[in-house]
Amino acid sequence: MDRRKSIKTLLVGGVSASVIVEACNPSDNKTATTEQKAAEAKPSDINRMAEEKEYEKKLMAEKFFTDAEMASITILGDIIIPKDDVSGSASDAKVPDFIEFIVKDMPEHQTPLRGGLRWLDLQCLTRFEKPFKDCSHEQQMQVVDDIAWPKKAKQEMVQGVAFFSLMRNLVATGFYTSPIGVKDVGYIGNAPNQWNGVPADVLKQYNLAYTEKELKECVSF
Amino acid sequence: MGDLQIKKQPKNYDAVVVGSGAGGGMAAYVLAHAGLKVCLLEAGPMFDPKTDSNQLKNPWDSPRRGASTKFRPFGDFDGCYWGWEIDGEPYTQKGDSKWEWWRARMLGGRTNHWGRISLRFGPKDFKRKSIDGLGDDWPIGYEDIKPYYDEIDKLLGVFGTNEGLENDPDGFFLPPPKPRLHELFIKRSATSVGVPVIPARLSILTKQINKERGQCFYCAQCGRSCKVYGDFSSSSCLVIPALKTGNVDLVTNAMAREVLTNKEGLATGVSYINKEDMQEYQVTGKTVVLAASTCETARLLLNSKSQRHPNGLANSSNVVGKYLHDSTGADMGGIIPELFNRKRYNEDGVGGMHVYSPWWLDNKKLDFPRGYHIEYGGGFGMPLYGFNWGIENLNGKYKINGKQKDAGGYGASLKEDYRYFFGAHVGMAGRGEAIAREDSYCEIDPSVVDKYGIPVLRFHTNYTDYEIKQAKHMKETFTEILTAMKAEIMWGNDDGPHNNWGLHNPGNIIHEAGTVRMGNDPKKSPLNKWCQAHDCKNLFCVDGSPFVSQADKNITWTILALSMRTSNHIVDELKKQNI
Repeated sequence: MDRRKSIKTLLVGGVSASVIVEACNPSDNKTATTEQKAAEAKPSDINRMAEEKEYEKKLMAEKFFTDAEMASITILGDIIIPKDDVSGSASDAKVPDFIEFIVKDMPEHQTPLRGGLRWLDLQCLTRFEKPFKDCSHEQQMQVVDDIAWPKKAKQEMVQGVAFFSLMRNLVATGFYTSPIGVKDVGYIGNAPNQWNGVPADVLKQYNLAYTEKELKECVSF
Repeated sequence: MGDLQIKKQPKNYDAVVVGSGAGGGMAAYVLAHAGLKVCLLEAGPMFDPKTDSNQLKNPWDSPRRGASTKFRPFGDFDGCYWGWEIDGEPYTQKGDSKWEWWRARMLGGRTNHWGRISLRFGPKDFKRKSIDGLGDDWPIGYEDIKPYYDEIDKLLGVFGTNEGLENDPDGFFLPPPKPRLHELFIKRSATSVGVPVIPARLSILTKQINKERGQCFYCAQCGRSCKVYGDFSSSSCLVIPALKTGNVDLVTNAMAREVLTNKEGLATGVSYINKEDMQEYQVTGKTVVLAASTCETARLLLNSKSQRHPNGLANSSNVVGKYLHDSTGADMGGIIPELFNRKRYNEDGVGGMHVYSPWWLDNKKLDFPRGYHIEYGGGFGMPLYGFNWGIENLNGKYKINGKQKDAGGYGASLKEDYRYFFGAHVGMAGRGEAIAREDSYCEIDPSVVDKYGIPVLRFHTNYTDYEIKQAKHMKETFTEILTAMKAEIMWGNDDGPHNNWGLHNPGNIIHEAGTVRMGNDPKKSPLNKWCQAHDCKNLFCVDGSPFVSQADKNITWTILALSMRTSNHIVDELKKQNI
């Protein structure tokens, strides 16, 4: 539906027109500026009570991962979510910054990630005499393939599997909640609109139809 | 502490109202519109959804991508300040009690984020003891409260349909939104196993009802509170309009300490601590109306001891704090393979379900006494923290675009998996009626105070076989519905006697009620049928505390109706100079 039309409809609704126009920063116009905004994600971007502001100020001032750890996180992130023909990579979506923040906010992730990165480095040192980040791409992929497939992994790799699963989940969370990821997965929403029911072609695809009662009683546009 | 002193407000109000949620907001609204002078105390800060809501923020606007914190247990964008724990305000448990206590601290209280599920109690819900011998009947019946339900339907707006159901009464409904795709799947499968599915009843404006409030624009974010006031919050729909009358003095960050009484035992006002300057204040009024929330109201009464009320105010019955009960709750969910690789479109809809299942069975034929309703969720939702978490448990199970893959993985193939599964999840939650019992209670902990020096509550609550058997029945029903849908159950199906069939801890559903119940017998109930204290005629409770039982319905609409009824009574009694 035409967004200007939807905003107009809302204006006819009468209330807080300026608020709505300001608030419905439409999702398909969210390109460079919003990505920049994401990069600078300041706590003040969303409503905060005083205690939250204080807590986030404290978090933002801390640094958890070392530069070497961040380098490994970035490499792993882009192995898990690389650029493909649909969208960019984890690092394009600034996933490493998200992971740095989230471990400060959720300390329960700190030891599994720090320890997991160390486990990975030790594997690489034993096999290739270099930490993970300094290995060649082929060497990195050898180790990753040992830990990326929970059902196929060897018994001695289970700690690595657990670490990689956590990385996969955190990287995916960071990516699919970024402007690039939201667009990739095809979430279309978070914008003023009028819900008029499941589109006709979709109803047909699943052999469904609204009842006469529903069509009569429900709100239609 | 040399400069600590008690500051007394010179103004004598017609009413001092404690708490600005559904009950307190309605009281302030009714009293102020009747021309009475009201002082409204709220323990948290000012909050106006118009300016303060996180509505239409994107996931990346939150550095934690919408994950929860102790400040916002329902997520970073949620419209409620605080929740299960508040810094410096502890509560304790007795024995193996596992009560979970949600406390909002903000103008409008929990109504800024609640589910907007607005169900009237039915005729049977007021007379349960007469039906099954358990608990107690209310001192009022459906006919007493119906006019107020009618009035709040029109005043605040609720969508739904008149179905002519005996115990889920008809009302004045706005048109409901059409079911979403997964809701059509639910409707088909639930109906096929004998579970009725009807349009939900939510206080969301699918049509505009007045000039102060806008119409819903279908962003699915009622939980964040609504900038156009398109759903019901006490802040937007009651307190802010009440302030506009000029008859209400709102004091925010005012933590009530006790209700003050005189030699005759009548309430004279409320003492509170101002959290901004940490000074002690007293405000006086002809009446005191408590709506601090079910448990905070009981705490206030129990902490208000005097010569005339040595056991706490309005507590000669020794019943204050007792009969505390919450809705029962158990949940289950899964994934619908038929919905894999769905066509994308905006299906946000309203903030919540478009359809639900009211209780449909006869308890006489079951091994537990009270019913439950079912709430549904699923479909495309805004990706937030935890998006498709655990995909390694999913992507090895199904052919993805025709290809069988190994579980886990990475790369372009993994990205394909996330796209493939998006929007195929479905979930359901049973919310049922627990029996209010005397030995399920809160009381004052004799040795613990909060950071303001106010004695805190200690809880003693647990469930009986009634509630556990009900949870088991919920799980059996959910399994039937999901199986009929050819869904794979992903969570909530590993329950059994070891965990009470997945029954949530009491308090967890946040529908607590019953601590200051109504009744005709002053020996068995602190309040009379007007929610007026038997022991103190100018003291009223208008939150969830007066409930005798809470039905298998969410309680907000009944809190609002009861508060309106009591507030009208206060206006009449003040006019007649009876109080």
